[in-house]
Order: sequence, then structure tokens, then C-alpha cells
Amino acid sequence: MDLTLKIWRQKNANSKGKMETYQVKDISEDTSFLEMLDILNNDLESKGEDPVHFDHDCREGICGMCSLYINGHPHGPQQTTTCQLHMRSFKDGDTITIEPWRAAAFPVVKDLVVDRTAFDRIIQSGGYVSVNTGGVPDANELPIPKVVADEAMDAATCIGCGACVAACKNASAMLFVSAKVSHLALLPQGKVEAAQRAQKMVAQMDEEGFGACTNTGACSAECPKEIDLTNIARLNREYLSASFAAE
Amino acid sequence: MKLDSKIPEGPIGEKWGRHKFGVKLVNPANKRKYDVIVVGTGLAGASAAASLAELGYNVKAFCFQDSPRRAHSIAAQGGINAAKNYQNDGDSVFRLFYDTVKGGDYRSREANVHRLAEVSVNIIDQCVAQGVPFAREYGGLLANRSFGGAQVSRTFYAKGQTGQQLLLGAYSALSRQVANGKVKLYTRTEMMDLVMVDGKAKGIVTRNLLTGAIESHSAHAVLLCTGGYGNVFYLSTNAMGSNVTAAWRAHRKGALFANPCFTQIHPTCIPVHGENQSKLTLMSESLRNDGRVWVPKTVELAEKIRSGTTKASDLPEDQRDYYLEAKYPSFGNLVPRDVASRNAKVVCDEGRGVGGTGLAVYLDFRDAIKRDGRDTIAGKYGNLFDIYEKITGDDPYSVPMMIYPAVHYTMGGLWVDYNLQTTIPGLYALGEANFSDHGANRLGASALMQGLADGYFVIPYTIGDFLAGEPYTKPSTDQSEFKEAEKAVKDQIDKLISINGSKPVDHFHKRLGKVMWDYCGMSRTEEGLKKAKKMVQEIKEEFWKDVKVIGTNEELNMTLEKANRVADFLELGELMIDDALDRNESCGGHFREESQTEEGEAKRDDENYSYVSAWEYTGEGKDEKLHKEELVFENVKLTQRSYK
Amino acid sequence: MSWFTQTITSTLGRKLLMALTGLFLVLFLVVHLAGNLQLLKGDEGEAFNIYAKFMTTNGLIKTTSYLLYATFIGHIVWSLLLTAHNQKARGPEKYAYSKAAPSVSWNSRNMGLLGTIVFVFLVIHMRNFWYEMHWGNVPMVMIEGEEYKNLYAIVNASFGEWWYVALYTFAMLGLAFHLYHGFQSAFQTLGLNTSKYTPAIQGAGVAFSIIIPGLFALIPIWMFLVR
Repeated sequence: MDLTLKIWRQKNANSKGKMETYQVKDISEDTSFLEMLDILNNDLESKGEDPVHFDHDCREGICGMCSLYINGHPHGPQQTTTCQLHMRSFKDGDTITIEPWRAAAFPVVKDLVVDRTAFDRIIQSGGYVSVNTGGVPDANELPIPKVVADEAMDAATCIGCGACVAACKNASAMLFVSAKVSHLALLPQGKVEAAQRAQKMVAQMDEEGFGACTNTGACSAECPKEIDLTNIARLNREYLSASFAAE
Repeated sequence: MKLDSKIPEGPIGEKWGRHKFGVKLVNPANKRKYDVIVVGTGLAGASAAASLAELGYNVKAFCFQDSPRRAHSIAAQGGINAAKNYQNDGDSVFRLFYDTVKGGDYRSREANVHRLAEVSVNIIDQCVAQGVPFAREYGGLLANRSFGGAQVSRTFYAKGQTGQQLLLGAYSALSRQVANGKVKLYTRTEMMDLVMVDGKAKGIVTRNLLTGAIESHSAHAVLLCTGGYGNVFYLSTNAMGSNVTAAWRAHRKGALFANPCFTQIHPTCIPVHGENQSKLTLMSESLRNDGRVWVPKTVELAEKIRSGTTKASDLPEDQRDYYLEAKYPSFGNLVPRDVASRNAKVVCDEGRGVGGTGLAVYLDFRDAIKRDGRDTIAGKYGNLFDIYEKITGDDPYSVPMMIYPAVHYTMGGLWVDYNLQTTIPGLYALGEANFSDHGANRLGASALMQGLADGYFVIPYTIGDFLAGEPYTKPSTDQSEFKEAEKAVKDQIDKLISINGSKPVDHFHKRLGKVMWDYCGMSRTEEGLKKAKKMVQEIKEEFWKDVKVIGTNEELNMTLEKANRVADFLELGELMIDDALDRNESCGGHFREESQTEEGEAKRDDENYSYVSAWEYTGEGKDEKLHKEELVFENVKLTQRSYK
Repeated sequence: MSWFTQTITSTLGRKLLMALTGLFLVLFLVVHLAGNLQLLKGDEGEAFNIYAKFMTTNGLIKTTSYLLYATFIGHIVWSLLLTAHNQKARGPEKYAYSKAAPSVSWNSRNMGLLGTIVFVFLVIHMRNFWYEMHWGNVPMVMIEGEEYKNLYAIVNASFGEWWYVALYTFAMLGLAFHLYHGFQSAFQTLGLNTSKYTPAIQGAGVAFSIIIPGLFALIPIWMFLVR
């Protein structure tokens, strides 16, 4: 298939960017979306032009490195990661608009690459259980109901890609933060520090300049790992009970 | 050079305990006077960085990704082994040790493997304490499954995302130390060279991938936790960024590289669809528990299927060749990874492969669905079927899945002693980056175990032995050793940019990968390897004359990043070929056609090849020098594997 | 910063205030509707006028009404603060091409617009009735020997104008959509959305957002038609 691509080009963080139009030809429908961009880049490089920079790494939908806002949706029209999106989702002659994630907390680094280290700083603010290596009890010392473990696993499956922020009209990071808070708040190991964790992570989230949640559900609808909105409710609950608790 | 593996004295079960007592300790108050550099933040790197920081050392952690959480350990699906014997099915530390040595086809070091089995139980405890949500039974205790043909259920798992959950655990421990100020994190920063002062590793030179700044970092010790080098094949299940550069630059500075030709080729990957393919995706090998592997009986039938005139599902039973079941009646579709892979290659080489390229075999769930019902099969493999359908557009419930082997893991790596120290004092290699525990073939669910064992439970003890003898002062990065290394890095970058040839980096990488796959892949011959060596040399020569790198150093430049990595792959490729040439026996993932039984199975030669090949870099364009570490087996009995 | 200011100045704290004020306004709607339904009694406004007098003279109700005004203002002020914050969070560059996922409702993305519709209506509404009742020139009426302000007459006159009825109905539609998202959103913000309670909360939210504005709108339509 032949396609027209409209791609955001921006030399670096300080320069002004704009949309540029490119053509790619004879793309097989079995090609992945990123391979289609590889083909474009090989063309550009052969012509001596700067290739389009985009983040990607594992290309199997788990590392969370790939991003791209494709035709109005983070990770494109399917509810999956961009690296798992294949060209059979498009038709010959289509025009595809490709933009970087847009959020004040995710500044553009170059072209389609954005800086998502805000997420790391949120985790650093409290997204852990404070245990040192060694000196821990036997793994089976603490039985955890299967439903609880499964629910924690569902929250923990978040890949930290930032699609929730990109999809949200308020650039809110609530789905990401709530997934981490939920994962640990559900498990007895994480309950010990649950109160401080929720408060610290919310404070860091605010400091990074993410927006507030207005419960539109766009984040969950676009999340490639289908993280549920009940996690956000749980974060609200954890945060409020931590804030208003007597102790 | 004399290779001293520093294996402790005593019976196998007591070696590690004795060693821990024997090593020198650094006083708690003095730990803060030592700096340690950790390169790579996967399971080995993140766990090592966190554990060392907890002990009080000052750690600098580096990764080329934008976040430590994206290291490729995250993609491991199946699980992590541990000799917990929670299932009361006869598992023990000794059995895990025995299985691992045997699974590695007797080319690993007994003492290291036994230690791995010992600490495997601590890993599970540690991960659970961190909040890793392992699968559980209804009673609330941990669930296990049998994996990779093991006779006991010792694999712990978190859905099909065990690597992700373990890495997030290690990453959270690392993040905690970043917050504590004990770890300084450098993301989007790639190690470009190792710096040695007075024969010891004292720092690294890095390139800031965002700004291109070439910077030096000095420390008292350097840990390379930089993963495997499967991307030398261009197509592999590794992440696009996985590379050998850190390990290779250390090798060029004097660290020996062990068993480079030991590559694991995983049988159940989604086949290549065409020239532009960038990456291969693994499908968990658990699929072979219910799927039946087959190809058409004849070349003619295969051609009809490839051209689309006949549909696979229409092919009657007598025209299908269930070759694994026919050849290995007792193991059938569950033969080990290397055997399954090699047989797939054989039938495809005969012209009986399917799919657009003819390089695929069927993995058919028709009979399993008929027997157990669609719901049962969906319950077991639903998410895998979804992944498959997303990538290929085929529905595995109605048409047979297609699979083909792909490069998955590299058992070879930097040579390390029992302390995980390379032949350069102060330089350590952990996880997939070293060679130590898997011999010639890695068992399923053992990679995660090894990465975490090295990082959480080995290096925190063994590094003290070295640091205790080091002065507190560390060299200044203004010293000539650093400045020279920086200059060498800059020179190479300038050279790459100034070539301004006609072909993109990928062109060379793809060509290298094809040569490696064809001649140094699943099956190797002396003739082929010799030919391949020439070809790799030619590609290398052409690369340095005709590569085109767009842009400058002083910006985010992914082409330049690739060029730096491919330059090292080109040198590594040649060494892998040399190693495969030297090892005229078949063992594990290494199959030399000259060394096979009458039935065409791999034939080991314990008499002549029971050693670790450790290669020494001798200079640009020169053949490397082979050193041998003889392997001594006192606790396992060497037997020829048979799956008939 | 004290724990309290820290909490209520965080994004979650501001959302909490939005939810609490919103839920208080929801309660007010119920009370207000109960009074309005007196209009349909067919007693020439007797019951309604008695109710109106009670509401404007009873001490407790008066005190509560100040709380109500404050709540209204709070709900609006915090929404403005949050909107400003959210727009800043979105960054300087907007998407060239953006499309919401199909499961994301239009009203949830346009609460500000819907709220503005309700607000504009409120200003008109209060000018017409509330202002008139307090400081306007309302004719008096005798009911069972006591003198009452005949608010009913004013209401009846207003509801005789087709454009006023149309405006009223349109505003109630806006309110319905505002509540459709706002009701369950408040519970989500309070952290009460769980797999167990959510179906009930959502059901109640849907019912509430249809029934309450529906009944509100029914009154002027009915009075316009039966005259």
C-alpha cells in the first residue's frame, strides 16, 4: 500500500517544530508500524536527510518505550502498543498523522521522542516496598488470597508508556500512579507504607505538572494493558484516607 | 595468562558458605568511601545497584534507555526457577544444580551452578517481600508450574510477564536508593569504553545520547550488567537496542570473552515475514505442551500451500508429517529447545517449510481444541493466541499457528571467576553478560534466576573481597587514562560520521546477521564457518569505507548509536565464528555437522572439548588468542542426551 | 503547610472539593424539586406560595442557603482552578489531530461547557425569581387569612412565554448531561468506585440525571400546555 505520512519534526527541545509530509510506497500489510517508519528512515538516510527519531526498544509490547500519537490516538487505532500495531490496520492511500505525546510534563526531545523521566521520579518518591536485600521472610510465610494477588498483578502490568497521559485531555497521570499505588496497596507487603506512598506519589505527580483527573476514562480506553479505572478510585481512597486519618 | 577460576575448596554444597566466610569484608563505615559503577539496569544491574547501595556503597547506574525499567529483562515471559520444593515433588538444590549442568550439556562450571541453585530460594523470598505479584493458589500460597520439560514444578511465574514483574521489583528497589541519594542514575547514557588505571578497571567513558557529550566517570570498581549479544544476528528476540558494545570494549581492553559461539535458538517464534522485518517475537514454549508440530509430507504439497492453492487446514492426516512425534516418540513435541529448532531447520531446508518465505513450520492446536474444547485452550493460551493474531493477522483457533526458530539468548559472554570478576581486576560481569552458569544451553526459566542471583546475592559478597584491598582515593577523570579513552571514543565517532558513504547502517547489520544466521546459526560446518569468516571481514571492511551516518554527534542521533554498536558486532561476529570453528564437537546450542551420531543427533566430545574457551584480544585485525579453562565434573555424571 | 492545606491544594484535594460541593448541590436539587412540584397541585399556587414563604423566612433554611451560595461559588471557583491547571498540564503545543476513544462520552469531556450552560441559566433564573422574591415588586395574595407574596403569579407568567420554557428545558438538558457524568464521577473521586458498588452507583447516577432534570423540565412544559 502507498501512504501519506504527516509527521511532527522538531530538531531539539529548544527549537520550534512543525508537521512535515512524506510518502511511503509498497508497504506490505504484514509490516509493523515501526517497520514502516524504518523503511521511511532508510529512504531518508539514503537521500542524506535526517531520519525521523522515535522511541522504541523491545518491539514486543512490554518495555513501554514506544509511543507515538497516531491519527488522534496514543499507540494508534488499536488498543495495543505502537510496536504491535501492524499496517493491516490501514488502507492503501490513507493519510496517517503521527505526533509525539503532548504534555507539559513530557517535553519533546526531538521529533517524536519525549522525555518521560517524570514517571521515574514519581516511582522514586515512594513506588516501592522499603526492604533491603536479604533478611526477608520465606515467600510462603504470608498467604495472599488469589483474587488479591491477581488484582495486584492486573495493576502491576502497567508498562509505564505514558499513553494515559497522552490520551487524557488534562494530561493527567492518574492511571499510571494509581496502577502502582494499587499494586502495592493491595498486597500485604505494601500495606505497611501504603499511606505515605499514596501521599508522596501524588505530591510528586502534582509537582511534575500533570493535570487533574476528570474521570473521562480516556486513559483506560487507550491503555495498551487495559489498566482499569477502579485503580484511580483506589488511589483516591488511599490518598484521602491517608490524608484525613487521625494518626 | 593463567585462568584462575578461584573455585573454593570443599564439597560442592559447602563451597559458597565457606567462600562467603573466607572473603574479605569492608567495614560498614568504610563502604561509603567506595564508588561502584553499574552499567545496565536489567535484572542483574538493577538488583546489583540496589543491593550495593543498601550496603552503603556509592553507586552510579547507567542505561541507554530512557528509564531503567525498560531494560530487556522486562520481556521474559515464562518464569523463574527456584529449588523451593513447595510442591513436594522431589525438588532440591542438588536437583536444580544437576538439571542445570545437564541442561547446559556439561559445559558449565559446577561450583557456579550449585551456588546459583542455592541462592535461587532467596530470590523468591526477596521478590515476594518487594511485592512481586507471583501467581498463587486459592489457599494463598505460591503457585508453580513445570517448564521447559523439567521433571519437577519449580517455576514461579507472574502470568506471562514474569520478567516484567521481577524487573519492576528490582527497579523499585533501585528507585528507592536513587531517592536515598545512594544511587546516581544516568539514563540515555551509553558506555563507550572502559578505563583502566594501573591494570585495574577504574572507570568508564560514556556518551550522553541526548547531547552527545563524551564524559568520564571514575570509580573503585565497574560492573557490566549489559545483557547478551543476540543482535549480532540482526534478527533476534532481543530488544532493538540490545548490544555488545560495553562488553566488547572491555574485551578489547583485556577482559577475556568466553564461549562466544554458544547461542540459544528458541524454536517457537513468529516467522520472518519479509525483508523489512526488524525483530522477532517469541511465543512461550509452553505452547508445545498442546500444539503439534508438522509440515506437509512432500515438497510439492508444501509448494501448493505456499502459493495458496491448498489450505493447511484442508490437508488430510496422511499428508502431514508430525516429524518430532515420529522421530522422538517418548518426548515428541516437548524435546529440548535446541533439538526442536534444529529439526525445524532440517525440514525447511528440505523444501517442506510453509508460510510466505518457506521458513516456517506449523504448530497446530486443532486436535487439542477437539480434545479439550476451545475454552480450555483459550484459558491456557488465550493471551498468546491474541499476540499471535495481532502480529500475523491469523486466528490460531482456526488455522494452524506458524513458528520458526529465532536467536533468543547468548550463553557466552565475558569470562568471570567464581567472584564474577573478569580477567581485569575490578571489572565484574553479571547476568547474561557473563558466561558462567548455562554452559552450552540454557534451561527455560533460568535466565531470570541467574540475573537476580548475581545481582542480589553474589556480587554484594564478592565485591568486598576486591574493594577491601583498594585505597579510598579514586583516580581523577582528568588523568591521562581517561583523557586518552575519551579521545579514542571521539575519534571513532568522528570517523564514522566522516566516512559519509552510500549505505545506511542497517544495510551492514542485516548482511552481518544473514551471514551469522546462515553459517553460525543452528547448524555449523568447518567449510561454512571459514567462508563466513571471510564474508564478515569483507562486510567489516566495507562498513568502514562506505557507511553513511547522518547528523552530528552533538544531538540525539540514533543512526550514530546504531553505527557504534554495529561496529562492535562486526568484530564479535568474527570471534563467534573462530570459536565455533575451534569447537569441533556438538554440544547444546552449538551443532557442528561434523560431530553427530548416526541418527543425526548432536555428539559431544568430552575427551577433547570439556573446556571453556576464553578468547584474548590481541589487536586490531589480528586473530584472538584462545585460553582454555578445563572443566572438572565431580558431582554430575556426563551422559549423552537422548530423547528418542 | 499544614496537612489540611496540603491536602486540599493537591489536585486530588481540589477534586475532592469538586465532588463534595457537587454532591451537596445534588441534594439541593432534590429539595428544590420537591418545592417546585407544588406548582403542579392545581390549587392556583396556594401550596407553592406557602412553601416559598417558608423557604425565605425560616432561619435554618436561610442559614443553609448561605452555605448553598458558598457551595455554588466553590464548585465554580475550583473548577476554574482545575481547568487552568489542566490546560497548563497539556502543554503549549496542541495535537494537530485528536480523537477521543469511542467509549469516552462527549459530556465527560465537556463538563466545563455544560457547567457554563447551567451557570448562565442560573443567573437568568435567579434574576427572574429569586431576585424578584427578595427585592422585587411581587403582588400579594391572601391565603387562609394570611398575606403571602404571590411568587406563583410570576412563575406562571414566565412559564407562559415559549422562549422561557425552551430555555428552561435546554438548561435542564445541560444539567442532565452534567449530572450524568458528574454524579458517578463524584463517587469515583471519593474513591467509592469498586467492582462491587460501581454498578449500583452508576445506575443511581443515570436514574438521577434523567429523573431530576426531567421533572424540573416537565413543570414549565406542563404549565405552558395546560394554560
